[in-house]
Amino acid sequence: MALFILRRFGVMLLTALCLTFIVFSLTNLDPNLEKLAKTQGNARMTDTEVESWLTRNGYRDPLINRYGQWLGVLPGWTLQTPDGETTGRCIDSKTPAESAPRYCGVLQGDFGYSTVFRDEVSSIIKTRLGLTGILMFWVMVVMVPSALIIGVLAGMREGSKLDRGLSTFSIATTATPEYVSGVLFITIFASSAVGLKWFKGSAASAMKGVTWENFTLPVLTMALYGMGYIARMTRASMAEVMTSQYIRTARLKGLSFRAIVIKHALRNALIAPFTVIMLQFPWLLTGVVIVETLFNYKGFGWTLVQGASNNDIELLLSCSVVAVFVVLITQLISDIGYVYLNPRIRVA
Amino acid sequence: MEPLSWGEIAAQILMQFTPVWIALAVTLSLSAMFKRRLGLYGKLYDSSIGLIGFTLVMFWVFTAIFAPMIIPHDPLTAVSGMKNALPGSALPDHIGGHYLLGGDNLARDVFSRMVMGAREVLKIAPAATLFAFMVGISLGLPAGYFGGILDTVLSFIANLVLSFPVILLFYLLVTPEIVASGIPTYLAAVLFLFPILFLVVLWNARYFTQPMQRNIYVGLTLVIGLWLYAGLAFDADPLGLISMPPNVLIVFVSVVFVNAPTVFRIVRGIVLDIKTRDYVAAGQTRGEGPWYIMLWEILPNARGPLIVDFCLRIGYTTILLGTLGFFGLGVSPESPDWGSTINEGRRLLAIYPHPALPPAIALMSLVLGLNLLADGLREESLKD
Repeated sequence: MALFILRRFGVMLLTALCLTFIVFSLTNLDPNLEKLAKTQGNARMTDTEVESWLTRNGYRDPLINRYGQWLGVLPGWTLQTPDGETTGRCIDSKTPAESAPRYCGVLQGDFGYSTVFRDEVSSIIKTRLGLTGILMFWVMVVMVPSALIIGVLAGMREGSKLDRGLSTFSIATTATPEYVSGVLFITIFASSAVGLKWFKGSAASAMKGVTWENFTLPVLTMALYGMGYIARMTRASMAEVMTSQYIRTARLKGLSFRAIVIKHALRNALIAPFTVIMLQFPWLLTGVVIVETLFNYKGFGWTLVQGASNNDIELLLSCSVVAVFVVLITQLISDIGYVYLNPRIRVA
Repeated sequence: MEPLSWGEIAAQILMQFTPVWIALAVTLSLSAMFKRRLGLYGKLYDSSIGLIGFTLVMFWVFTAIFAPMIIPHDPLTAVSGMKNALPGSALPDHIGGHYLLGGDNLARDVFSRMVMGAREVLKIAPAATLFAFMVGISLGLPAGYFGGILDTVLSFIANLVLSFPVILLFYLLVTPEIVASGIPTYLAAVLFLFPILFLVVLWNARYFTQPMQRNIYVGLTLVIGLWLYAGLAFDADPLGLISMPPNVLIVFVSVVFVNAPTVFRIVRGIVLDIKTRDYVAAGQTRGEGPWYIMLWEILPNARGPLIVDFCLRIGYTTILLGTLGFFGLGVSPESPDWGSTINEGRRLLAIYPHPALPPAIALMSLVLGLNLLADGLREESLKD
């Protein structure tokens, strides 16, 4: 088991390195750097000015060196300006050249400086992730139990009317992406023209305090899209369990249907959905971006959009580090959890 | 002219869709008549869920085909005074007619835009899914069949792409700056090569004992394939017929890129299962080459799950295209595709919900149709 986890960790680190390198090289393409120079300096810079701005800010080192500096395995760049001042990657207004550390990368805990928000990336990510965490928590609270209940109810009597109805409902939810259901919900429940005006169409006030009124719609929008898939997986797994030998034995023993479902079937039927729920996290990330944009909730997804549309390299890199680690860690948990829950599976 | 009431709007919309109704009626009745002879497709007519799904999908397919006949107004022309007009509003007298579902915030006809949007979506989604399948199959078959280091490397790359958050990938790939750097062309050059490779290997594996026939098939594939390849990937069609605007190309390529690894994983899984069967062993004993076994023994037997996943994946691709439009990535702002229309409409959603609703419901019904169709196909293909 320990070896299995260790090996998964190795693959995970390799994946994370590859992915961050891809993001790094895509954000550092020449046209992107030119755009960055123009937004940071002056929109009417000539090509030579752009070039000198980029050299002055250390963007003209070879790509692999800069990636190493960002990672913190190579010493940060330093440069002597004509008027005798030393500038460098690790040097800013707070840390003068003399006391600046040699290495300042992700490994040293320095995620860099956001050019859009004009703030430390680590503090931005921390606050934004917190906000998204609240959203995710409520989404999970709504989504997981309702999906499991729908799946179990549909799967316990395969082919019944209840099964047909619930299955169609779950297919319908998987066919409704967040930007469609969000638009429908806002129109029905929040629009001032025709709607019921029960909830608010914007979750901006939820950043200060979550209320029933401002948080229902975003949570519902996100939960609905993910719910259908989990429910269908639960249904399939439940239907399979219900046809197995030991359920027939339990029936022949004369146990009530209730007892069979709750005591015997449920535990085995919930192994597969566990994996599915864990693997839903990467999908939820796309959902987070859409829902936060639609409802104007300034969390992680909103930050990612801001970073990406303004080519804020260090912010975007940190966002992708977070996203990639969320994906990889949930994969790891789902693998380990699966082995743990299902005693028939053994890892060598 | 008077604005229309809701009943009149509904009647008028049904009228506008006349060509679609006729085409649907012909398709459904002809197929239902000969359903016993039509194999899996005919069996679809025995499952109500599958039939509903198929009807929904065909409704949008015919809408896309007959779009120019259906639209009452030009989807790109703005008419002064019709900004955010309510559904059923009459146009000024010198033009005549009505905006059936109202006008958007640039005073264009919402109904016509929705109909033309079906064309935009159905132009890209099925083709992109097909390409993703070609790439996924061409790589998944050898990975599952040969295993070993090839499998390890390909699976690692597939997992790498899959652990990339889709939305981040789109934001990185679908930007004017990336288009300027030429990366989409390189990606397209690699990805579009797979269908040609696939077909050439397919023909060669089957007919290499009959060189005459083999040469004809391979030659035809190469001529047509390379002609399309030059036109689509490099915009260098010698005849000037085939081309793809760079912003559509990047959307197409990124959608293929996102979908292919999942197809790869599915194909690889199926191959791992099927290659232990007796008929594969029989083929190996006969001395068939590995590619013949993969393409002509294993692949036909894997078609059931692949067809089902193909339907689901077109739906997913439609959702992805909508997501791209929703963030305004890759499409021209004029484009009537559903995602960008929803994005434009959402800003005024609280006051004027009517511009955003029709494309939202259209997208939902198309994806729902595809999912129901996939469900029906799965049920029917499991029966035998």
